Amino acid sequence: MAGNLIEFKDVSFRYSEQDPWVLKNVTFTIKEDEWVAIIGHNGSGKSTIAKLINGLLFPQEGEILIGGKKVTEDSIWDIRKDVGMVFQNPDNQFVGATVQDDVAFGMENRGITREVMVERIQSTLEAVGMSDYQFTEPHRLSGGQKQRVAIAGVLAISPRVLILDEATAMLDPNGRKEIMQTVSQLQSKQGLALITITHDLQEVVQANRVIVMNKGEVWKESVPREIFTEKEELRKIGLDVPFVTTLADALKDIGVSISKEPLNHEELLEELWTLHLRT
Amino acid sequence: MNNSLIIGQYVPGNSIVHRLDPRTKITIIFFFVFIVFFANNLPSYAILVAFAFASMFASKVPIRFILKGLTPVWFLIIFTFLLHLFVTKEGTLVFDLWIFKFYSGGVIRGIAIAIRFFLLILVTSLLTLTTTPIEITDAIEDMLGPLKKIKFPVHELALMMSISLRFIPTLMQETDKISRAQASRGVDFRTGPIKDRIKAVIPLLVPLFVSAFKRAEELAMAMEARGYQGGEGRSKLRELKIEKMDIFVYIIFIVVIILLFVTRTYG
Repeated sequence: MAGNLIEFKDVSFRYSEQDPWVLKNVTFTIKEDEWVAIIGHNGSGKSTIAKLINGLLFPQEGEILIGGKKVTEDSIWDIRKDVGMVFQNPDNQFVGATVQDDVAFGMENRGITREVMVERIQSTLEAVGMSDYQFTEPHRLSGGQKQRVAIAGVLAISPRVLILDEATAMLDPNGRKEIMQTVSQLQSKQGLALITITHDLQEVVQANRVIVMNKGEVWKESVPREIFTEKEELRKIGLDVPFVTTLADALKDIGVSISKEPLNHEELLEELWTLHLRT
Repeated sequence: MNNSLIIGQYVPGNSIVHRLDPRTKITIIFFFVFIVFFANNLPSYAILVAFAFASMFASKVPIRFILKGLTPVWFLIIFTFLLHLFVTKEGTLVFDLWIFKFYSGGVIRGIAIAIRFFLLILVTSLLTLTTTPIEITDAIEDMLGPLKKIKFPVHELALMMSISLRFIPTLMQETDKISRAQASRGVDFRTGPIKDRIKAVIPLLVPLFVSAFKRAEELAMAMEARGYQGGEGRSKLRELKIEKMDIFVYIIFIVVIILLFVTRTYG
């Protein structure tokens, strides 16, 4: 059984005294090799959670432990070694003049020697499938490619958790697919914890666990399949239910018996073609 | 948007001049700019011209790129030549027609100044033609290194330069997008009196600035999240190294300087 990597204990946060709480008494834990999706409507506090984990923000109440270390002003530089983050806008997080310079940025900040850097640039670019672009300038890359470079840059410092903060929100469907494939491969191979923050229910399907945020509170915490059974409530808190789920619902309404909540097209297909055997 | 956008005038290549350490190039050009003004007779000019042309051919940069770099200064070169031609009244009268009275001294001095200008532009444009902006930035950071002792923010300056270089294409794409968006809303950038056209730039600049600030803020956060804490204790991926070739080029340049001082006339 893997240990707890991230612990939120009764965390509350607001930007200033006059502002309403962005997070209210949030408590959850994330294990070392887990993929957790945090989902919520705009303003539900989901991105704030990411910034709190990384020490870009500090909570007013409660405490956050990363690998047993408390997140404070003094520990953030250690913690940022363990926590890698990819943000939403592909352009606004690309620091280097070329792909390899950008991958190196995080390593340069930590004073890693040149030989090690060269080696890790190769291996991480390979891991995200960008080896052919080592010397390419950012303006020649697509959004999805830039995000893969950002992931490589984070992996290069071998973090224990990778946080994707709406990293696919600004990409086209192809770019989205690229990123989701890349991260699911990485997660299974490298055994690091993965936190994907999104407002798209489609993206939580592959996760081990889902935390649904609403108005700064943990609204529900469960496995994806269970979450999808509560369509009405999800719609009420402003989340779009995936098409397959809506379709399954409509089928149920007209009397087609569907035994388990389908997560994707294949599962629904499986349900439908075996339908006759069950009835 | 144009995908083959080149920042500056860099012409990719793998010649000796391209591969030289950018610090070598900057140092040599710096001193060349000085010694150009020490030449004062035919042999000394010949040495400088030979050096400049040798570097040009060694760089293998197509002549048309170099000529393109010279276009904005042709006017200046011709103007100073003519100025000397009309103003200098030395030597013998070589040409006399109505108000045009040219003296040999004027002709010689005019040509000399024109050659000086030409050499300066040629050599400095060779630097930008054969060196990427990022290499120049690295070289400047390295060469200003000693200034760190007097608390001069060398690293920050270099980082600012490299980030600005990296964002030029991004901001150009953005400008393009905004100008289309505004044009589709009826802003006219291309016709009408100058006053109106200048006014039409405002709806272009305001959104551009707003988004640039937003970008800056997000970039700062991303950099911090990736562990950036200033120049202290940072290692560097790109490294500058003085090779044998650099030393060889320095020696040639020193020989050029010695020859120049031997050949120039004193007194």
